[in-house]
Amino acid sequence: MPPTLRSGRGSPAGPAPAPRATRLRVRHLALALALLLAVTVFSVLLGAADLGWQRVLGELVAQVTGGTSPLSEREAAILWQLRVPRVVLACLVGAALAVSGAAFQGVFRNPLADPYLLGAAAGAGLAATIVVAAAPGTLDWVIGPLQVAAFCGALSGVVLSWVLGRTAGHGTGTLILAGVAVSAFLTAGQTFVQQLNTDSLRQIYSWVLGGLTTTGWREVLLVLPYVVAASSVLCLCARLLDVLGVGDEEATALGVRPGRVRLAVLLAASLATAAAVSAAGLIGFVGIVVPHLVRLLVAGSYRVVVPLSLVGGAIFLAAADMIARTAMSPAELPIGVVTAFAGAPFFVLVLRTRGRA
Amino acid sequence: MNALRASAVTAGYRGRPVLRAVDAEVPTGGWLGVIGPNGAGKSTLIRTLAGLLPHQGTVTVDGAPIEGLRPRQRARVLGYAPQTPELPTGLTVTDYVLLGRSPYLAPLGREGRSDLRVVAEVLARLDLAGLATRPLATLSGGERQRAVLARVLAQRPRVLLLDEPTTGLDVGHAQALLELVDRLRREDGVTVVTTLHDLTLAAQYADRLVFLVDGAVTASGPPDAVLTEARVSEHYQASVAVLSSEGNRIVAPVRRPGSHATPG
Repeated sequence: MPPTLRSGRGSPAGPAPAPRATRLRVRHLALALALLLAVTVFSVLLGAADLGWQRVLGELVAQVTGGTSPLSEREAAILWQLRVPRVVLACLVGAALAVSGAAFQGVFRNPLADPYLLGAAAGAGLAATIVVAAAPGTLDWVIGPLQVAAFCGALSGVVLSWVLGRTAGHGTGTLILAGVAVSAFLTAGQTFVQQLNTDSLRQIYSWVLGGLTTTGWREVLLVLPYVVAASSVLCLCARLLDVLGVGDEEATALGVRPGRVRLAVLLAASLATAAAVSAAGLIGFVGIVVPHLVRLLVAGSYRVVVPLSLVGGAIFLAAADMIARTAMSPAELPIGVVTAFAGAPFFVLVLRTRGRA
Repeated sequence: MNALRASAVTAGYRGRPVLRAVDAEVPTGGWLGVIGPNGAGKSTLIRTLAGLLPHQGTVTVDGAPIEGLRPRQRARVLGYAPQTPELPTGLTVTDYVLLGRSPYLAPLGREGRSDLRVVAEVLARLDLAGLATRPLATLSGGERQRAVLARVLAQRPRVLLLDEPTTGLDVGHAQALLELVDRLRREDGVTVVTTLHDLTLAAQYADRLVFLVDGAVTASGPPDAVLTEARVSEHYQASVAVLSSEGNRIVAPVRRPGSHATPG
């Protein structure tokens, strides 16, 4: 007798309870946002200029309640024109890098994809460096040569890695190896351009290891519209990223056009990467660590991974920046060093679990 | 009325033709089995029927040429499962089956209650309700095949195109899965096209067979007519016996010493 399958109709238990689809739950989002608030407040309280955390807290409370602040005007300026925008920028850059990491992983169906490892960040870096060297007067424009160049650079970097990876084979590692080669080449190009323009060297140098030095709210305003636009597109495409997970052929059989989805997601993710890189340079591993933590802790559906990576990336980079600013205070650690310390071992972990699966 | 019909279909990959002038048809509610030795073009035929490969000749579904259908329209009529489906391991069974509702959603839309109801029904029918919240990665081979079938059924297709649906299943699980497909056919009037490399199963479940050799149809018709000892022996280069038991046709390999050249 072969094993038989019960007919759903004859089942004595009656109709099955409606199954629950994986969705972004309010409690997960609330928890993430609460964590973000805690990290940002904590990060604002600490800093190189010793304002005293109790007094900063007093200022924050005074701002909310309208009371009198314990800070002098100069101290308040340090807080509101230097420290707060920097924390906000860290959140934006982290969100952009994490969400584009998640998007690249979905598009390439590759758990190791990341803007840093795929050549997107390096492409944006090289292109931005060229603009900084060639047209330093245009850097304040919200839509200027810097943004356009960084976007094109990011997109070219990914496409180049993708094409090279495909010609070499189909494994998970091939794309990443191609990405590493492309990144190395483009970063070398960036260093070369820097050397040709030693007078602006210091300005560009911070990009290589990543830096969040701000001059007030300018950078925040330059990055914000791009991050908002790109994240909106990626959140809208989250379901389609799940569909892409079944492979192009089956996605086509489901009535989805994989080429179009891939293009839309690649454009949005490259835009987010470009915005992050033109503000803060090359910061690695955010795009690997955050989406994988979300998968590990919450769920694997992109409907959850995309939005929570956005918040999680903000938390991660705000925390990393806090460490970068305070660990060797008053000297500052490049933030890319902090994310690499946390991210590289995590990368190996992902690699190992991948190998076992 | 033929649910699906292929006339003089030639198709292949990158200019290398695999199918040559293939004719095949299956009436509504029928079961067409595609058989043939490895590399004969069985999967290519299923893919072409699913509208996934460019082809010459015509493929019509309910009389309408398949190229004329928009992707989502096509996906509401034809449900396709490849031989080795890619499973996004992070998804739960419910999430995965829900992907089958894509043809009914706007590209950026999201599923509603009615979609979840369809999924609940399909899960219950395939005895998967107990696994609804399990990640795909934790399923056994038989459970995976059923999950894939569930995803295809969530499309509510009128035609099922299944490429080797019993791959990797033991004989019991293979029979259970094919019985399930047969029940869908009888109860819902779904039309079925499958490739099957097990000729005994093909003979017992399909009501018509198409025998492909080198991309061309060498025989087609009812299993009894197609599966003759001479034909199978010739095209599979195998030594077989076609037996009969309880009215079933059985194609069994037979070892005849000396009939094959033995290596070294």
